[in-house]
Amino acid sequence: MTNGWTDIANADVIVAMGGNPAENHPVGFRFVMEAKRKRNAKLVCVDPRFNRTAAVADHFVQIRTGTDIAFLNGLIHYALQNGRYNEEYIKYYTNAPFIVKEGYEFDEKEGVFSGWDESKKTYGDKSTWDYERDDQGYVKVDLTLQHPRCVFQLMKKFFARYTPEVVAQICGCSKEDFLKAADIITSTYVPAKAATFLYALGWTHHSHSVQLIHAAAMLQLLLGNVGVAGGGVNALRGHANIQGGTDCGMAYHNTAGYIPIPKAANQSLKEYLEAHTPKPLRPNSMNFWQNLDRFFVSQLKAFYGDHATKDNDFGYHLHPKLPEDPQTGKPENWSWAFIFDAMHQGKMEGFISFGMNPVNNGPHSRKVIAALAKLKWLVVVETFQTETAAFWKPDILKLVGLKPEDVQTEVFLLPAANFAEKDGTFTNSGRWIQWKWKAIDPPGEAKPDQEIIARLFLKVRELYQKEGGKFPDPVLALNWWYTNPANPSLEEVLKEINGWALTDVPDEKDPTKVVLKAGDQLSAFLQLRADGSTLSGNWLYIGVYTNAGNLAKRRSTEDPTGLGFFHNWSFNWPANRRIMYNRCSADAQGRPWDPNRPVIAWRNGKWVGDVPDYKADAPPEAVTTGLGPFIMLPEGVARLFVPGQFADGPFPEFYEPLESPVKNVLHPSHSSNPVAVVFQTTQYDKLGTPDEGYDIACTTYRLTEHFHYWTKNNPYNVQLQNEFFVEIPEELAQKKGIRNGDMVRVISARGEVRGRAMVTKRIRPMVVNGRTVYQIGMPIHWGFLGRGKQEGGLANILTPTVLDPNSFAPEYKGFLVKLEKA
Amino acid sequence: MPTVSLEVKAISAATTPAPGMKEAPRVAKLIDVSSCIGCKACEVACQEWNDLPPSVDRPFTGSYQTMPDLSWNFWQLIKFNEILRGDGRLEWTMTKYQCMHCADPGCLRACPAPGAIVQYANGIVDFVQENCIGCGYCITGCPFDVPRLNPQTGRVSKCTLCSDRVAAGLEPACIKACPTNCLSFGTKEKLLLIAHQRVEQLKERGFPNAGVYDPPGVGGTHVIYVLPHADRPEDYGLPKDPKVSWTLKLWKGPLKWLGHLIVFGGILGAFVHYLRFGPHRAREEDTGK
Ligand code: SF4
Ligand code: SF4
Repeated sequence: MTNGWTDIANADVIVAMGGNPAENHPVGFRFVMEAKRKRNAKLVCVDPRFNRTAAVADHFVQIRTGTDIAFLNGLIHYALQNGRYNEEYIKYYTNAPFIVKEGYEFDEKEGVFSGWDESKKTYGDKSTWDYERDDQGYVKVDLTLQHPRCVFQLMKKFFARYTPEVVAQICGCSKEDFLKAADIITSTYVPAKAATFLYALGWTHHSHSVQLIHAAAMLQLLLGNVGVAGGGVNALRGHANIQGGTDCGMAYHNTAGYIPIPKAANQSLKEYLEAHTPKPLRPNSMNFWQNLDRFFVSQLKAFYGDHATKDNDFGYHLHPKLPEDPQTGKPENWSWAFIFDAMHQGKMEGFISFGMNPVNNGPHSRKVIAALAKLKWLVVVETFQTETAAFWKPDILKLVGLKPEDVQTEVFLLPAANFAEKDGTFTNSGRWIQWKWKAIDPPGEAKPDQEIIARLFLKVRELYQKEGGKFPDPVLALNWWYTNPANPSLEEVLKEINGWALTDVPDEKDPTKVVLKAGDQLSAFLQLRADGSTLSGNWLYIGVYTNAGNLAKRRSTEDPTGLGFFHNWSFNWPANRRIMYNRCSADAQGRPWDPNRPVIAWRNGKWVGDVPDYKADAPPEAVTTGLGPFIMLPEGVARLFVPGQFADGPFPEFYEPLESPVKNVLHPSHSSNPVAVVFQTTQYDKLGTPDEGYDIACTTYRLTEHFHYWTKNNPYNVQLQNEFFVEIPEELAQKKGIRNGDMVRVISARGEVRGRAMVTKRIRPMVVNGRTVYQIGMPIHWGFLGRGKQEGGLANILTPTVLDPNSFAPEYKGFLVKLEKA
Repeated sequence: MPTVSLEVKAISAATTPAPGMKEAPRVAKLIDVSSCIGCKACEVACQEWNDLPPSVDRPFTGSYQTMPDLSWNFWQLIKFNEILRGDGRLEWTMTKYQCMHCADPGCLRACPAPGAIVQYANGIVDFVQENCIGCGYCITGCPFDVPRLNPQTGRVSKCTLCSDRVAAGLEPACIKACPTNCLSFGTKEKLLLIAHQRVEQLKERGFPNAGVYDPPGVGGTHVIYVLPHADRPEDYGLPKDPKVSWTLKLWKGPLKWLGHLIVFGGILGAFVHYLRFGPHRAREEDTGK
């Protein structure tokens, strides 16, 4: 979230799209209801189904699954065409005035950007997706926004195709419903109004998911809704600590604090830093990532302690590096679906599944099961027996035509403590790092995660000590300083994540002064040093554990501004800032756009209010001369046009899902994302077409009654929804002779599931491009184990292994099926 | 919240006036249907607080609704209803359904067992299991079809408005669990005020027929609703104009002399209960697998 949960109560318009917050975030949803009650806010819900959020929405629009970009692009077009954008805001806070390189083009007929190589089906040359530079390397800008190649003018041209008629034609909604939504949402372009966008996996689970969020961010920037109270682009995270996981290096391509993972191509620290430290694109730009050396060296000190010295590049050679793929020459991809593809190809010997249930998580459970069967060993750390730990059982293995005796994998199930049985922190969607206390002891031999990890590590280290091995150094050099090495206290771990001074740290401007004494906990980012005198596991979390103690434990409900900042409740990364990009909440002169909801304001030579997301002592006008409000970007401003970074284009184009009931009306020759990742390695990687009879669009989702595949073990949750079901529109059910409660079969090109039909008015047939298209949907929470009716109703048996080319998130929401009465 | 004493106002089949005649603040629960998201936190909170076992093998209801109906182990139910309005607009209503704690409780009037049903001065209508004879008269007497017989124990149960929590100064469990403030608890006067404020807001937001449901036919209730379409309570599974049946009014009114007979009836009833169900047994343990 750019903003936080409590801030939703400040919104005038709340857009729930690509998420179903009433269903999946019922507790946070209280702030939506508060905004409705206290501010008379309007709630707009755009979704393939009339869902629980729609039930309390002021306006609902049903769209075909996978067409959100067309809808958002329509909103952008509507805002541009009707002058509903904040001109001063986009001039100074976005790259709207930036001039794009000559040669950049979008081929409207073919649906591809310049640099497309049709023979190789890739973007061979992305060099035109860039800005025009002056001789000092700075970007050329035109603050009048008139230059034909400035981002603003390119946008007008690009989005002109997304008229209300085209949106209705693609999405299958009525033009009137679209226009009503457009009117409500874009009405917030005036300075004193704000709209917030709440999204979740309904946006991230597509083969064009990153561009989807890009489109939403563009719209919010045009409307001046980023950085303000009640605004933002807000990802509602699906697990209590998934934000913490993401922040602390869960993804394969970065370490904690979003520091890029070293690649094999960069063999020294110097090479690494040169490859990853951005150069400013505007004079005066803060370009905060210029401090990468401080972040990374301090992290290496946390990892390798005394073994990280100036002479050995602070242990850079000890750090794992992503190998190069000999075929592509690019770093290897070890994201989720690639792991199971490699496993299926027999490239992996073992797998540790920690708090994960890949058989159920998918995509495509059958491929996952077949892959697990090729492992030598599998360790599952879980609170319950899961389908992954039990994949070798006959009823699960049957899905891939194997019997238990065919499988050699040795499986270990380690019982883990659950969330209430251990202390530690949860980082919520709004980036609040909140300490939680253990409520009860774990049962039996169940252990907290850190103890399991620690004991595994100590054993592995012991083996390396005894037996040597290929490269024992990284394991032997690891900094394992905890008081109890076999079960590190999470207080100590949090202290280390924050970091401390290893020696006295002198002031950089006046070396006679000392800013930190040896042993002091860090309290500000720029106390970090790149010379090995500071240690920090995750620079982003600096401030959570200072000399004042563990600030994640704070629980003050003081809210002097009434805007829901709660600065003394827990700790909010970065720097206890509650609203990110908050320099944008004030105009170029530093006056809040909305005097009633000032996030920060320039008073008596300083910024007051929230912790400013800006140079603390920079006067407001600095924003007009290059010191932009997006301090992490070398441009200093938000990217409407994204130069080079994305695999599929600098602007968000609408592409159909890989499996779609219709062809893209804009450019049938490139109907779906031309660079989406599609596996063709196994028999499970099939895609179906309408011609083969797969003509019903299908989507998957979660229910408020369940949490993933856990709560099927809890009788109360099971009672609330005790059976796998398929939601089917009345009209389709009638056509197929299906009555409410009948058993049905749903079949995709990859597999089939049986479930109970729930016939409903809440999904309506839609006319798409002149054809009637039906959608059905199913919740994901069932499988083979647990209470209630666990009869293999596992939605991910149907889903395809098709990925977004940037995030590598699978397309769980939008694939094709057949439907039959069982 | 102040502690509310459980001063008794009326007792089923009583021959003498109720002992407690002190004035007590009347409590109430407000259900703002326009804010309910059907999350069912209240359903589970109710079961957990009252130690009611979950029905893991309940039948498929054809919708998101948990149970087809209330039952002896399920005292409150969110009813889900899909309604297509005349203008083509779809509504998906989620309405909490439980004992209404009537000011004039038909159940209590109908009950022949002394002390099986009590009404406290604060408005809560509570069933006293030990005194219940399982005759089921309260079920017929209730205009809202609420009390349910446990076939195993032969006793009737229903929502108590968490009288035990309320007596300790706490709100009922469902209120505590509700994330959207759809549910609130307090004195009836205060809640009526809030309810009317919400109704005004709903009227401004395109629900001209919004209103408060506090049916006079049962003397008003201690569970009141804000309904977006108050002209059509049936859409929410609520009776349009519930009344205590005239036979029951007679029973406790002019025919009070029958009270003496009721004492006898109570003894007889207890005997009948013994014959049907045998001696009192502890509730069957968790029926969930
Ligand atoms: S709703 Fe029924 S059970 Fe509840 S108090 Fe009224 S009459 Fe009695
Ligand atoms: S807890 Fe509140 S919002 Fe949830 S179902 Fe119950 S009344 Fe509705």
